[in-house]
Amino acid sequence: MPVATFAGNDVTVDTEGFMTEYKEWNEDIGSFLASQIGIELTDRHWEVIRFMRDDYADQGTSPTLRRVSAVGGVPTKELFTLFPKKPAKKMAYVAGVPKPQGCV
Amino acid sequence: MTSTQEAAVVVPDFGDEDTDRKICFIASKGTLDMVYPSLVMANAALGEGVETHIFFTFWGMDIINKETQEDLQFTWLGNTAMHPPGKKMHMPQGLAGLPGMTGIATKMMKKQISDLEVPEVPEFVQMISDAGGHLWACKMSADMMGLTDDDFVEGVEGIITATDFIELSEGGQVIFT
Repeated sequence: MPVATFAGNDVTVDTEGFMTEYKEWNEDIGSFLASQIGIELTDRHWEVIRFMRDDYADQGTSPTLRRVSAVGGVPTKELFTLFPKKPAKKMAYVAGVPKPQGCV
Repeated sequence: MTSTQEAAVVVPDFGDEDTDRKICFIASKGTLDMVYPSLVMANAALGEGVETHIFFTFWGMDIINKETQEDLQFTWLGNTAMHPPGKKMHMPQGLAGLPGMTGIATKMMKKQISDLEVPEVPEFVQMISDAGGHLWACKMSADMMGLTDDDFVEGVEGIITATDFIELSEGGQVIFT
């Protein structure tokens, strides 16, 4: 596994650039990853990211868009505004969790 | 880490550059099991940033009709592939015709779908619309069934003809379900 340096931290990533170790993430890394994909994080982004982190820790899998909206309470429309085009993947990338596996 | 590859930061390709990819689904069925293929795939396409349209026609009109979308049914009558979850036995066809059996089969399928955290049809249609999906009703079906714009759920952009659909799907991939 390659190691990358994000915001001064050495972290393990997969070949695509997604972090693979949940515990290596911190908020500085989150901000850095967001800036890599052209997203400036607002409080609302952080709400989503924290939900992604907590839910992953709780469930063992990354939440799907539907789960972020139904359980996390951020409407689908807004998710597409906060993380344009491919929200599920982008949210997972910034939050340092794997890409969601569910079909929906 | 024993072998470390210190490399330039690799950023995943989120395909942000504008793509002209477009997918158009034709949803022609109104049985519970057959409405999910187009809904699931349309939702996935939207999640990938692809322009997505669904054209509802014939029995598929029930998916966007306020009166019917909550009450789509499933029967295994005529479906020889039906077997109970996790079992090899086939369900006898005759059994499906007994009174009340459609209700039971529908309830079972809804539970299985909900166990996967997949939403029921009304929420799913709303979700697709919220994600930017374009929903269209078929004019010929609307005329046959005596339906107007008021009969359809929010998010349906209009009642269009087959010709309109052929025009709007130009350059896109068309999938019939």
